[in-house]
Amino acid sequence: MLTQSQHLELYYYLRLTRALEDWIFYICHNQSPKQPLIIGKGYLSTGQEAVSIGAAYALEKNDWIAQSHRDFGALLIRGMTVDELLSQYFSKLDSPTWGRDSNVHFGDTQRHILGFISHMGALMPVANGIAWGAKYQKDDAVTLAFFGDGASSQGVVHEAMNYAAVFKLAVVFVCNNNRWAISTPIKEQFAIENLADRAKGYGMPGTVCDGNNVVEVYETVKEAVDRARRGNGPSFVECKTMRMAGHGTHDMAKYVPDEEYDDWKKRDPIGNFEKFLKKKGWGDEKYFKQIVEKVRNEVKEATERVKNKPGPTIEGQLEDLYAP
Amino acid sequence: MPREIFYADAIREALQQEMRRDDSVYVFGEDVAAYGGVFGVTKDLLAEFGPLRVRNTPLSEGAILGEAIGSAVYGLRPVPEIQFSDFLTTGMSPVIDLMSNYFYRIHTPLPITIRAPAGGALRIGNFHSKCLEAWFTHVPGLKVVVPATAYDAKGLLIASIRDNNPVLFFEQKKLYREIKDQVPEELYTVPLSEAIVRREGKDITLITYGSPLYLALEAEKILKGKGIELEIIDLRTLMPWDQKTVLQSFQKTNRAIILHEAPKIGGFGGEIASYLVEHGFDSLAAPVVRIGAKQMPIPTNPVLEDFYLPSLKDILDTAEKLMEY
Repeated sequence: MLTQSQHLELYYYLRLTRALEDWIFYICHNQSPKQPLIIGKGYLSTGQEAVSIGAAYALEKNDWIAQSHRDFGALLIRGMTVDELLSQYFSKLDSPTWGRDSNVHFGDTQRHILGFISHMGALMPVANGIAWGAKYQKDDAVTLAFFGDGASSQGVVHEAMNYAAVFKLAVVFVCNNNRWAISTPIKEQFAIENLADRAKGYGMPGTVCDGNNVVEVYETVKEAVDRARRGNGPSFVECKTMRMAGHGTHDMAKYVPDEEYDDWKKRDPIGNFEKFLKKKGWGDEKYFKQIVEKVRNEVKEATERVKNKPGPTIEGQLEDLYAP
Repeated sequence: MPREIFYADAIREALQQEMRRDDSVYVFGEDVAAYGGVFGVTKDLLAEFGPLRVRNTPLSEGAILGEAIGSAVYGLRPVPEIQFSDFLTTGMSPVIDLMSNYFYRIHTPLPITIRAPAGGALRIGNFHSKCLEAWFTHVPGLKVVVPATAYDAKGLLIASIRDNNPVLFFEQKKLYREIKDQVPEELYTVPLSEAIVRREGKDITLITYGSPLYLALEAEKILKGKGIELEIIDLRTLMPWDQKTVLQSFQKTNRAIILHEAPKIGGFGGEIASYLVEHGFDSLAAPVVRIGAKQMPIPTNPVLEDFYLPSLKDILDTAEKLMEY
């Protein structure tokens, strides 16, 4: 069971992620096209932050994550700073990719974060490799492999899940089913109700949880993480949620019916969690405002620190192709 | 002490000795464990190193090559086997999209050696005979190695495993039990990216790699009888390749033939030819000629496959023609 202060920490991360991504959205829509601060587009987890945050909160220090593109919450929990995430978006020299790649395409081996690529399901087998490495070295590290409903249709995701089950790897496959793969709704993606039902076919437990309830996500993933750490193999956790923004900041998502948005607005993971905290007596409007203010300032101050930093230069680029 | 062993056994010995030396080296792939691989290259490794270091996998090339990335990030030196290099197609994305650029983007080295038997002339058709090496030379960040002798197979494999980058190691399956040469018993490396002059000659530089080397050596003998000297260069590593050795030889002979088993069109020979024209234009006494397989799927029937493959006659005719300039 999580303590009061852990609940409040989850609240902080939800608010920080929301504030950071709202800010990225704002910049993308207001910056000068000729002198952009953000290079490329923003890919946001608005409305589904609880999946990434609740899941990553279930990890220990030595564990790993294979991030997907809507996992800023998990990255912050794993110790990445707002400065680093903004620096990546602003394509600065001191960003996690030294300005070589953009927005959500990066990793951080020191912090046990694998490098996301646009092929979506591509990191699922790589997560297996981490888990195999841990087994090989007799470490008890667990890897969370994040992916979406879109990636779930890729062959390599099936390969990876079967493989993880065969070798009893310590991987938890966390699916954020946010109902849309860019413009393609889930009913055009698969013919089953729950993606987690597929788990049975691989020989691993599959659980569906409310992806907009950060505590439920945490508890469900924690159980799977504990199971994996005990050596009992992988699990599949499907978190039902909704992408409350376009695929990227260039996508106004006009294809999503208004009713669907209205329905999910009522289930906002932050709003829900505030109700819960109030009921518990762990937070009130004043406290929530205070946190909102705090994270807004954090993002603002980070922006000031990062925005004028130098970008990359062409020196040494060709010499850095191969590892020494 | 060197002794004569088969190409396949040289590879097996490299794996065995390097696994003894370095605990982080492990092999995995389809049928590599108790069965010893479909070509017997990993035979008896399971008995010596156990199931953690010698492991069968499901038929999942994407998962195999994806695993290699993860375990390399974790600090191991994975040596996955892709049963036939033709099957790399079902595992392309991890190689192209992650392995090739992971160091440039994340600065974490990926010491992965992908062993993949390549090449034809075994009458096993279009899905077990291809030479796909040129594809991988076209993706910055990968290394591509094609050994032609047992000595090189052992030394290049050890060098590849010790290299901190992803290496495509295209074993020549035709040579597995056809070629024997002197191989030292102890561990040694053949440096990557160094070509070797197999025969010295003054008239034509013939650049090749992999199993066509033996065709070239046969041609060299015959042409010598006709008063034409071939200088044969075995590239051994295609990426990054030894431009210096090739260019130096060309500047001496002023004529060049590039021979490979892969289809001529779009093959790595085009890269070498254009490099020679670009950097050795003043030495050009005749057209730089590529010899490769024909532009067709690989047929199984011996008559048809022999028609498909580059032949001794192709080399002899080309050499004589080049001497007319």
